[in-house]
Amino acid sequence: MAEQQSVARAIDIESMGRGNKLNMENEDICLQVKDFNLFYGEKQALHNIDMSIAKNRVTAFIGPSGCGKSTLLRCFNRMNDLIDSVNINGEMLLDGNNLNGPSVNVADLRRQVGMVFQKPNPFPKSIYENVAYGLRLQGVNDRATLDNVVEKSLKGAALWDEVKDRLHESAMGMSGGQQQRLVIARAIAIEPEVLLLDEPASALDPLSTLKIEELIYELKDKYTIVIVTHNMQQAARVSDYTAFMYMGELIEFGATDELFTNPRKKQTEDYITGRYG
Amino acid sequence: MATNNSQHISQQFEMELQDIRSRVLAMGGLVELQLTNALKSLKTADFELAREVIANDHKVNNYEVSIDEECIQIIALRQPTASDLRLITVILKTITDLERIGDEANSIAQKALNVADSDRPKKNYRELSTLGKHVKDILHDALDAFARMDVKAAIAVAREDEDVSAEYESFTRSTVTYMMEDPRTISRVLDLMWAARALERIADHSRNLCEYVIYHVEGKDVRHLSVDHIEKVLQENS
Repeated sequence: MAEQQSVARAIDIESMGRGNKLNMENEDICLQVKDFNLFYGEKQALHNIDMSIAKNRVTAFIGPSGCGKSTLLRCFNRMNDLIDSVNINGEMLLDGNNLNGPSVNVADLRRQVGMVFQKPNPFPKSIYENVAYGLRLQGVNDRATLDNVVEKSLKGAALWDEVKDRLHESAMGMSGGQQQRLVIARAIAIEPEVLLLDEPASALDPLSTLKIEELIYELKDKYTIVIVTHNMQQAARVSDYTAFMYMGELIEFGATDELFTNPRKKQTEDYITGRYG
Repeated sequence: MATNNSQHISQQFEMELQDIRSRVLAMGGLVELQLTNALKSLKTADFELAREVIANDHKVNNYEVSIDEECIQIIALRQPTASDLRLITVILKTITDLERIGDEANSIAQKALNVADSDRPKKNYRELSTLGKHVKDILHDALDAFARMDVKAAIAVAREDEDVSAEYESFTRSTVTYMMEDPRTISRVLDLMWAARALERIADHSRNLCEYVIYHVEGKDVRHLSVDHIEKVLQENS
């Protein structure tokens, strides 16, 4: 009898959805990192990173300062190319294509993989021109097209209602939270595939932070989002998958709800519960 | 991931967790004493002791309310994660079960008052005190497993609970026979049956405590599973 109930419960658990937790095996893969190493001169900053980033999901990177999470994020759109002393080996694939390959045009790559930084960095131009900037760079100057994209992007970044009456005022007069959403609008105006967010809310007040988090949740239908954050509750709230990095190594990577309730590795446990390592 | 022995960077948080754990153990100790006294009052027809048990029930309730409050404070202020989160969840559930055990002890004491005046048929009392001793041991071992967060001990207690259920059924059967033989005893024997029922419930609550221990240590929810099934789940987990 007890055994019967037991089995019945196990079946229940599966049908109630506890069995179909997020699982990387069921995901479409957007970015793939294979045995990836990165050196700043002599110093190795990333060690044998192997991981997959799922399409249309939010993946968060957490870990103490200097653990390599931002360095890894910057590799996804080759921001590290700008630093002379950086050497890499291993592979990084976007939709199966090596993004460090010789035929890859970096400008094209960055159109596909947009990035938003910790401090909002609007251009000293109008709100409208900030969002239209990427398209203008691509040679689009048709007013109707631009109007359309600006509205769509600002709506996408949950900013439209706040700025629709002052599109031609300077972006520098906006609040920090609005500026950050403007930068996100600018990034999605060119319809990238991936959005990289490096501490996007760490300079914002709690309410603006919640708006950004809400935005992330809405954006993941269209984009694959990778976020680096020092705020663990934020990682827990916004992400589907979380990667914990420590001293250049990927210590643990898995579904967020699993990682925050029952991490496999002691190092992860110590970090997220705030203990001495 | 098992429980974590390293210290929190925040000493304050470390102390809060230690404090709340020791208060749960103190509550457990009180509940155990309540059960011991309730059983003793039933066995020895000790009015005074029975009244004391009933009077002390509010202390158990107070523990529940104040530990509850501390847990909510910790959730609000510390946002616990991983084993800390599991510990707080487990404490919130554990004190509910402890409070219920307290209520059951209270109702055993009530029955003791009811039957104190009547004739005392030896045979029923002997069987009831065997069951009582068994349940007391189970509660003790469950609290012990909780104090040490010991999964093996927790599983052993869960097994014992299955034996208690069988003992309870056999007690019920024999009392029914007794009532049929001598209907004048019915009201008194019914009181004893209620006491036995309370003991059986206490064993179930003790088993719950053990399931919480397993959840805290292993991160696996094993409620409503048979003991064999629990062991299988834990094997797969390791």
